[in-house]
Amino acid sequence: MKIFSHIGKYFMLLQKVFSQPEKKRIYYRQFVKEIQGLVIDSIGIVVIISVFMGAMVTLQTAYNTENPLLPKYLIGLGCRDSMILEFSSTIIALILAGKVGSNIASELGTMKVTEQIDALEIMGVNSASYLIFPKIVATVIFNPLLTMISIIVGLFGGWLAVVITGVVSSSEFIYGVQYAFVPFYITYALIKTVFFAFIITSISAYHGYYVSGGSLEVGKASTRAVVYSSIIILLFNVILTQLLLS
Amino acid sequence: MIEAKNISKKFGDLKVLDNISVCFEEGKTNLIIGQSGSGKTVFLKCLIGLYDPDEGEVLYDKIIFNQLSFSEKKTIRQKIGMMFQGSALFDSETVEDNVMYPLNMFTDKSSEEKLERVNFCLDRVNIINSNHLFPSEISGGMQKRVALARAIVLNPDYLFCDEPNSGLDPKTSTVIDHLIQEITEEFKTTTIINTHDMNSVMEIGQKVVFIYQGTKTWEGGGKEILYSDNPELNEFVFANAMAKQLRKFKLG
Repeated sequence: MKIFSHIGKYFMLLQKVFSQPEKKRIYYRQFVKEIQGLVIDSIGIVVIISVFMGAMVTLQTAYNTENPLLPKYLIGLGCRDSMILEFSSTIIALILAGKVGSNIASELGTMKVTEQIDALEIMGVNSASYLIFPKIVATVIFNPLLTMISIIVGLFGGWLAVVITGVVSSSEFIYGVQYAFVPFYITYALIKTVFFAFIITSISAYHGYYVSGGSLEVGKASTRAVVYSSIIILLFNVILTQLLLS
Repeated sequence: MIEAKNISKKFGDLKVLDNISVCFEEGKTNLIIGQSGSGKTVFLKCLIGLYDPDEGEVLYDKIIFNQLSFSEKKTIRQKIGMMFQGSALFDSETVEDNVMYPLNMFTDKSSEEKLERVNFCLDRVNIINSNHLFPSEISGGMQKRVALARAIVLNPDYLFCDEPNSGLDPKTSTVIDHLIQEITEEFKTTTIINTHDMNSVMEIGQKVVFIYQGTKTWEGGGKEILYSDNPELNEFVFANAMAKQLRKFKLG
């Protein structure tokens, strides 16, 4: 029964978050700050992981397609489709759930236990809207950019692995990347990213906003935020894949 | 003026506040005292609307505050200044931005006007040359004073202070106490202070309310405490040998 209480509380929080903003100019300033903190600061980790994942996917595909009957350009095609369909949207979302999700939960949790959220409420500020709304908007708008960066950098990582190891020629790899390209796959990845960005931000914010106790509770809330965000991301990955690709 | 009428509050089966009624007057420093766990913080949170009382009413100048909607409460909340026990300054913002925050949120003043007001308030609480420091870069006493500056920046009608002296040395405590009293008299605010610091009671307690196990058992002036025959209050106030001797001396 506790789960229904959490779901109810979560939607009540969302209702508070999406109520009329007090002063749009102040929200805009927060929004810009969140773009820096939640999106731009994540570019580094996205780039590093994507390069290595692209390279790894390429090498594994090459290892599994050593059969002379299979054309070599399949390595490029495999790398492209893995990156677009699953890696750059879902795996990056899971990584961001760890980085951004814990950041949001611990930031809001600390503000809660040090009474900073109470201070906002007493001033007459809708603290949920002021603190959470700009985070949701920033990630929903700009996380698709991270997905695009991840796709491009991942393919570059694959190409780099090909050039360094010589498992396939560079031209064959590039031909495979271009072969039978379905543009809707990009749309599919971006739609998933938007959903995942909302899930990461709102669930993490929920866990941080309702912390009670001390610093130990903030740590626990941060862990819960990552765990629940990841589970919901995986659940929605299945649902969205069925809805969009079937 | 703030009035609490028959306030009761329970957490589960635990009754924390039981039928408390009290009137806090304008332009006076009203103190709520009591032992740790007596319910004074819960009472303060009921007064400012962070907790809804299970029974009773909180009236701000005759308006029943706890029955208003969120947007109606907002109008009154903008007239409230609050100084928290832990200061509750925004970690990611400088001293200047912390004090300016209510002005940014609720006024349409120009940047110059806002800065002038911020500097006036910081000067009022004796903070100088610290505008661009972060809360983590200043001492506990300074944090309290910045919190007080933020609380008064909108010229509040009601000022709440939760344990303003906790964690401070006696000298800094006295400075904070006098600042609060001066501000109360200067701006005619209804000031309510939650404390268990007896120095504050003696120094600035114009009206004192004693809460014992969730009920109000005594109220009166700060100096009247010395002559009270309330056993719970005496046990709280004259807890140590020196205080007991002082009472004996006072009573002759």
